[in-house]
Amino acid sequence: MDIVRNAIAGTLESGDVLVKVSPSEDGTLTVHIESEVIKQFGRQIRSTVMETIKALSIGAATVVVSDKGALDCVIKARVQAGLLRGAGATDLNWKVLG
Amino acid sequence: MKLRRSMLFVPGDNAGMLSTSFVFKPDSVMFDLEDAVSPQEKDSARLLVYQALRHPSYRDIERVVRVNELNTEYGMKDLEMAVRGGADIIRLPKTETAADIELLDRQVTRIEKECGRPSGQTRVMAAIESASGVVNAVSITRASPRMVAIALAGFDYLVDMQSERSGGSEPELFYARAAVLHAARAAGIDAFDVAYGDVNDMDGFMREVLIAKNLGFNGKSLIHPRQIEPLHKAYAPTAKELAFAKRVIQAAEKAKREGLGVTSLDGKMVDPPVIAHAEMVIMRAEAA
Amino acid sequence: MTALVKEIMRQAPGLRKLEAFQGANAHTPNLADPEVKLHRKVCGSLEEAIKRSGLRDGMTISFHHAFREGDKVINQVVNKLAEMGFKDLTLATSSLLNCHDGLVEHLKSGVITGIYTSGLRGKLGYAISHGVLPKPVQIHSHGGRVHLMQTGELKIDVAFLGVSCCDEFGNASGSQGKLICGSLGYAKIDAQYGRSVVLLTEDILPFPIHPASISQDQVDLIVPVKEVGDPTLISKGAARTTKNPRELLIASYAADVVAHSGYFRDGFSMQTGSGASSIAATQFLGEKMAQNRITASFALGGITGGMAALHGKDLIKSVIDVQSFDSDAAESLRKGGSHVEISADEYANPTSKGAYVDRVDVVILAALEVDLGFDVNVITGSDGVLRGASGGHCDVAAAANLTIVVAPLVRGRIPTVVSKVTTVITPGESVDVLVTDHGIAVNPARPELAKRLLEAGLPVVSIEELHRRAIALTGEPDPLKFLDRIVAVIRYRDGTVIDVVRQVDDRE
Repeated sequence: MDIVRNAIAGTLESGDVLVKVSPSEDGTLTVHIESEVIKQFGRQIRSTVMETIKALSIGAATVVVSDKGALDCVIKARVQAGLLRGAGATDLNWKVLG
Repeated sequence: MKLRRSMLFVPGDNAGMLSTSFVFKPDSVMFDLEDAVSPQEKDSARLLVYQALRHPSYRDIERVVRVNELNTEYGMKDLEMAVRGGADIIRLPKTETAADIELLDRQVTRIEKECGRPSGQTRVMAAIESASGVVNAVSITRASPRMVAIALAGFDYLVDMQSERSGGSEPELFYARAAVLHAARAAGIDAFDVAYGDVNDMDGFMREVLIAKNLGFNGKSLIHPRQIEPLHKAYAPTAKELAFAKRVIQAAEKAKREGLGVTSLDGKMVDPPVIAHAEMVIMRAEAA
Repeated sequence: MTALVKEIMRQAPGLRKLEAFQGANAHTPNLADPEVKLHRKVCGSLEEAIKRSGLRDGMTISFHHAFREGDKVINQVVNKLAEMGFKDLTLATSSLLNCHDGLVEHLKSGVITGIYTSGLRGKLGYAISHGVLPKPVQIHSHGGRVHLMQTGELKIDVAFLGVSCCDEFGNASGSQGKLICGSLGYAKIDAQYGRSVVLLTEDILPFPIHPASISQDQVDLIVPVKEVGDPTLISKGAARTTKNPRELLIASYAADVVAHSGYFRDGFSMQTGSGASSIAATQFLGEKMAQNRITASFALGGITGGMAALHGKDLIKSVIDVQSFDSDAAESLRKGGSHVEISADEYANPTSKGAYVDRVDVVILAALEVDLGFDVNVITGSDGVLRGASGGHCDVAAAANLTIVVAPLVRGRIPTVVSKVTTVITPGESVDVLVTDHGIAVNPARPELAKRLLEAGLPVVSIEELHRRAIALTGEPDPLKFLDRIVAVIRYRDGTVIDVVRQVDDRE
C-alpha cells in the first residue's frame, strides 16, 4: 500500500492520539512521536506504531503521532485509520488489520 | 438466562470512553457506529470498535455493536468488522420489517462462515424507531433464530409519529411500548425501553425506569454511566420478593425430587413460567 | 538602689544577679512616647519591616499557605528581599503551590539556597527536580514541620505571615477583613516559633480584634500591603461535586467501605482530603449518615465546604479546622460555634502532647501511586518530577483507625498501582484500604476488614490483582531515569529520612 495523500486520524482528547500521515519525501519511513508519557511508554508507543505500519505493508511515509495517554489498542486503531486514509484505501483486509 | 437490565451506549469514535467504560459494569455495552459518529469518522471509529471488541477488559460484558443501516456505504463494512471482531450482538437501527432482519441474518451467516466463527454464535437485536417498526414488531421478533432482543428507540419513533415526550406517564409511548413488549414476549426474547436523554434529570429518569419495569421491560438503553446503578437498584427485588422467589425454587426442586409435575405454594401454582420468573428475581438480586 | 541590690546579694548569695530599678520605662522605652507605644509595630513599607526584623544573609524565613493558590505574600516578600540584595536564605513554608513559580529566578540567583516545605509544584517543582538548588529540599509533613521546629532543626529567624486582618498590635485573624482565608492553623506555629514575626495585611482594623488566631504577644511588626492574596482564587465557594462518573464510582465505593468497616457508628470521627473523589465520598457518606441516623463527633482537616455543609445539617458535631479549603469552610469557621480553629501542633505533630489525628476513626486520602506494599506517593509525578505535597498524609494515615486511599486505577496511560512507588511519603503499614474504580484492595494486615467488605458484596481483590489489571491495560512502563544527585529529602513525620528524590535525567 502506498501513501498518496496527507491524512489525519484521531484527536487530542485525553486517552486518544492524533496521527498525521503524509507521503514520504525521500522514500523512507519517518516516525515522530510526542507524548505526555514519553519517558515511560515512548519505547512501547514507537513499537506499536511501527508494527502497525509494517502490518499494512507501508514502506515509505512520514507519520507524526501526538499521544495523550492512549492505550496501545487505540494507537493501533488510529494509526491504521490514518494510513488507510492516506492510502485512499476503502477495502479493508481484515486478516491484516486484526 | 442473561440479565439485560442496562445497555450502556458508548460512542464508537471516543477513544477515552472506549478505554474506560468497562469499569461501570453494565450488563451490556453498545459500541455505537451509527448516530454517535459523524460520516467523516465512521472509518476510524470502526477500527477503534474492533480493538474494543477484542480487548480483555470487555470480555465479561455482553458486547453489542450498533452498525449503520445495511443500505448505507458504512453498514456492510461495520458488519464485517463486528462479526469478525467477535461482537456478541449486532444491533440493527431503524428496523422496519422482518426482511431487514432476514437480510442481516444472511449476511452474518456468510461472514461467520468466511471467518470461521461458529455458525449462529453472533446474535442480533432490532431497534424499533418508527411507526412501521412498531406495527411490524411481531414478525420482526420472529424473523431470525439469532434474535435475542428488541429495543424501542424513543426519540426517532416520536419524530416519526409527529409527537413528542410529555413527561409523567408518557401516553405517547404507551402503544409502542406495549407492542414491542408483546412482540418480545410472544417470541421469547428480551425487550429494552427507550433511552433517557437528560442525564442531569435523575428524577425523570427514575420515573421512566419504574414505568418500564412495571410494564415488564427487561432493561433500558442508557446513555451515561451514572444511570446504571440507579437502574440496577430499581430492578433489585425487595427482600420479600427475593424470599418468595427462593421458596418457589425450593418448592420446584422438591417437586422434581418427588417426581411431581407441578406443585403449589401458598395456594398459587408453581409452573415453569413462575419458576423462570423466580430465577430472574434471584439473578437480579445477586447482581444488585 | 545599687546599695540595696548589693545588700540582697550579700544576704542571699545564691540568687541570680539582680539589677536595680532605673525608671518606669528603662526597659520598655516604647512606652515613653505615646505614639510609639501604640503604633510602634506598624511599618511604612515592607522594606522597613525587613530592615527592622533583623534579617541577615543566611537566615531562615517562613511563610504559611492558607491563601492557597491565591497567595501573594511569598512572591512579594522574596522579590523585595532579592531587590534588597539578600542572599543564601532558607525558605521554610508550610507548603508551596503553582502560584509560587516566580521563586525560580531567586533560586537561580542564590537569594534562596535552601527550602523546607511540605509541597512543591509547577515550575518550581520542575526546576528543583532539575537541580536548580545547591542543596536538597527538605520535604516534611504538616505535623512533621512542627516537630522539626521543636527539635531545633528548623529555626525560623523571620516569619512573614499574611493575614486577613489584624489590629495595630498584631492580634490577627483569617476570618475577618476583606479577604478571609479561614483557619490560620499553620501560621499559628510560625507565630509561636519565629524569632521575629512580621504580619502582612490588607486590613488594619481597630484595636482590639478578637477572636485572634495570632496574638499580639507573638507579633513584632506589621506591614499594610495592597494585596495579600487574589480574591478570585481564594473566595471560591465549595468545589461542586464532580460529575465525572469514574470519580463518582470511586467515591461511592469509598463510602461503602466506610459504611461496612465496623467504624461507622454514632459518634465516629472522620477526615478527608480535598480531591474530587474525596469530596464526593464525603457527600455519599453524609447521605448514609442521614439514612442511618449516625452523627460524627468531629471532622478534622483540611476542611471543605462539603464538611461544613454536613456540620450545618447537624450530621457532624464539631469541625476541627487547621486549614479552610474554600470560602464556604472559611465562612463556617467565621460563624464559630463548634467549628473551631486549631494549630498544626494540635492537628498532627507526632510529639505533641495531644494531636487530633490520634482521635480520627476514618480518613480518606488521595494518591499518585500506590505499590504492592501499600506505600503511597503523593509528591512525584509519573515523570519523576516534584509536583505534589506530603501534607498531612503520613500524619493522619499513621494515627487513624482506618486509612482509605482513593485513586483511579489508571490515569490516562499511567498506572496508579505500581510494583514500587517512585517516592515513599506514607509507608504501607499505615494504609489499610486502596479504593479504585476497578476494585478494592485491603492490606493483608487487616484480614478481618477484607472479610467484612467481601461479605458486604464489595469488589475486593488483592493488590497484586489490581496491579496486574493496570499493567494489562497500560503495558509495563519503562523505569524512570534519575541522576545520582539528591534534590529532595523526604522526612517522615518524626523527622527520620524515609526516602529521597533524585534529579531527573532527561538525556535521551
